[in-house]
Amino acid sequence: MRLYATVAVSSFRRYATYRLATVAGVFTNTVFGFIVAYTFIALWSERPHLGGYDRDQALTFVWTSQALLAAACLIGGGFQVELQERIRSGDVAVDLYRPADLQLWWLAGDLGRAAFELLGRGVAPMTVGVLAFGLALPTSPLTWAAFLLSVLLGLLVGFALRYLVALCAFWLLDGSGVNTLQGLLCMFFSGSLLPLNVFPGAFGDIARALPWAALLQVPADVLLGRHHGATGIGAALAFQAVWAVLLLAAGRALQAAATRKVVVQGG
Amino acid sequence: MADHPLVRPLRRPAAGTRAYGLVAGMWIRSALAYRASFLMMAAGNFAATALDFVAIYLMFRHVDALGGFTLPEVALLYGTTSTSFGLTDLVLGNMDRVGRRVRDGTMDTLLVRPVPVLAHVAADRFALHRLGRLGQGLLLLVWSLSRVDVHWTPVTVLLVPLMLLSGSLIFAAVFVAGGAFQFRAGDASEVQNAFTYGGTTLLQYPPTVFAQDLVRGVTFVVPLAFVNWLPALRLLGRDDPLGLPGWADFASPAVALACCALAGLAWRAGLRGYRSTGS
Amino acid sequence: MPTTPAGPPATEAPLIELDGVEKVFHVRRRTGLLRRERREVRAVDGLTFRVPRGEMVGYIGPNGAGKSTTVKMLTGILVPSAGRLRVAGTDPSRERERLARRIGVVFGQRTTLWWDLPLRDSYGLVRRMYRIPERRYRENLERCVELLDLAALLDVPVRQLSLGQRMRGDIAAALLHDPEVLYLDEPTIGLDVVSKAKVRNVLRDVNAERGTTVLLTTHDLTDIEQLCKRVMVIDHGRLVYDGGLDGLLTAGGGERTLVVDLEREFPPIEDVPGARVVRVEGPRQWLAFAAGGSAAPLVAAVAERYPLVDLSVREPAIEDVIARMYADRPAA
Repeated sequence: MRLYATVAVSSFRRYATYRLATVAGVFTNTVFGFIVAYTFIALWSERPHLGGYDRDQALTFVWTSQALLAAACLIGGGFQVELQERIRSGDVAVDLYRPADLQLWWLAGDLGRAAFELLGRGVAPMTVGVLAFGLALPTSPLTWAAFLLSVLLGLLVGFALRYLVALCAFWLLDGSGVNTLQGLLCMFFSGSLLPLNVFPGAFGDIARALPWAALLQVPADVLLGRHHGATGIGAALAFQAVWAVLLLAAGRALQAAATRKVVVQGG
Repeated sequence: MADHPLVRPLRRPAAGTRAYGLVAGMWIRSALAYRASFLMMAAGNFAATALDFVAIYLMFRHVDALGGFTLPEVALLYGTTSTSFGLTDLVLGNMDRVGRRVRDGTMDTLLVRPVPVLAHVAADRFALHRLGRLGQGLLLLVWSLSRVDVHWTPVTVLLVPLMLLSGSLIFAAVFVAGGAFQFRAGDASEVQNAFTYGGTTLLQYPPTVFAQDLVRGVTFVVPLAFVNWLPALRLLGRDDPLGLPGWADFASPAVALACCALAGLAWRAGLRGYRSTGS
Repeated sequence: MPTTPAGPPATEAPLIELDGVEKVFHVRRRTGLLRRERREVRAVDGLTFRVPRGEMVGYIGPNGAGKSTTVKMLTGILVPSAGRLRVAGTDPSRERERLARRIGVVFGQRTTLWWDLPLRDSYGLVRRMYRIPERRYRENLERCVELLDLAALLDVPVRQLSLGQRMRGDIAAALLHDPEVLYLDEPTIGLDVVSKAKVRNVLRDVNAERGTTVLLTTHDLTDIEQLCKRVMVIDHGRLVYDGGLDGLLTAGGGERTLVVDLEREFPPIEDVPGARVVRVEGPRQWLAFAAGGSAAPLVAAVAERYPLVDLSVREPAIEDVIARMYADRPAA
């Protein structure tokens, strides 16, 4: 356990060294926050209770989305290219013989990165959003605690998805195709372009049941207090947890198959 | 070299264009050699931008108008800015690598070549798959033009290509100025995205959606409003929210040239700074 | 201060001329959470030298001495802070693009080739970029392929080449347009013995056959010994030596080492004039002798008195020579 904590901490530090890049990222997130916020104001002034949100809730969703954008890799980013490069070059064989689990190793690194980006690139845009628009943020510390837990579960789901995609490089010559596909699905079905509760009809029902919903939509709804009572919040967190467990388990299975392939073919 | 004084100012653009063509041409050949990979990346590029519009389409499932604009009208705004931006992104999309090049020293390897360095930086690693974004913009532009109600006269017909070209040039100025900025602050290349990707996202929506101060900012400070808002509003027969005089709708080419001149100066200053301080 | 160049007397204007060239960098360093310190670094400090056409010059010095900065000024990448600098009669920083056609540059640490493209495509691009006539291009490419043994590598993307292969590819790229002067910044660093030999071979060839002027920065004294009659030493941005290699070793008070393997263990060899034993390990002994002198009489003297099995001569490390030279100089 201590090993993985070290990996996470060093990953956090690695991202923390790029101060100027972080400031630049915050600036860009904030600019996008403003643009999207105004389009949502226009949309919600036409349809005041669209998707069950009032205007302030819609704006809170916008800035939550900007705050989680980098941490949850909603529109790209993450470790998968790095891992695929190690798979392509054969360096992964070394990783597999290390006395550490490959999946936990990369998970620790990804969580370290996400922790930094949540603090470095999440807090500032959220603060700007509060100052500029007066958001509908909860006052109960319990809701905040539930939100953070939901964010963590979302990060686990996001990692699990990207880990599955990264491991495809064991079988595909060029991993960039699956990366792109995952990136597109994530961008759209996480709700980063438009909240999933605005998606119409059966399409919306499906979108809200997919794992990408766990990345942004569920944490945002927890923050907005849309799940009532312990059972409501519990159900939302359980939805995330089920996807996290399923996808992490799939990652383990794929990793085992990949390991056999490396052992048999020598990389 | 004894050039005719009228020929001299054209020398560098000509040399730059030739160098750009050489380098970009090689990357295009290389991209086409891996056709499957290229097609996949172009499709991904197309889809990534198309999903943006799907989101707008989904909004219009709930409302008839956004900021007073109908779906075909918003699609016209979307199509014009995406076409302009797509063209610029294709040609100059690699300008966000300047900071990285300064840091890893590859800027020096470009500076020993007998070609203008701006052309070389822009052309190196030319990414043909960015045609996807351009294609998506063009498709929407054609669709929207077939659906919006425009009083077509020779002037309005001419306004469309002029708007697209001026828009591309304004975005080009932003890309080049962003590249110049990276000579100073290499890690901050993402700031550029706020103006490039952020700019085109902004221009996809009607100006009536945004706060007046924001509209003023992108009219008078970073004149993105001239990319498509002002000329497109003229096409649609609408007034602009700032109440600018009518000729402003035709000012895009002049604004674009002024922006390019300023960006050129910024680039020269950035490059001079780099060459006098090194890395 | 620099002595007169040891090369042949120049009948025409020197190809490279530097007069009091300086390069000052302003470095900003974070000293606290918000505090920053601005510091001036004189990377090159009053450099004056001339290189006549056709000469092959070694340009050496410890890390951070100002070698790369000099090369960057000579190529026009960097603008000097002060002084006068001319290459082929022009100011490189003002005429950078035009001069680029007449010079070749090889950076040892990074390639000037296009990373994802096969060598052949890179060369084709160089041909068109430098407007090299087709026939000339083909002749030059053939010669480079032969001398640098590139035939099997032409269709390999640059990123897949080993360091030695990539360096050979880079040198060929720098020679295709018949440059009048070739700057090489550490071209043999990290290379295997075979690649090193090939690199030296081709440099010798272009210098002798084409009369190409070569300025070579290196850490490897063997490069200098095999290629350059003249060597310039730079330290802290100043020229501390300009002359022949022998002179450098004498001036530096450096010592070469003769390593002899005798048939069996002997007491330290003390009866050979001009040498002293610095180390003994079984039958192997290390004898230091003045770097300016020849090893031949020493070898003869040892062989006369002892049963000699094997021997080798070790050059002093460039850092040692320069460190000693610098230590000997009175503080400026």
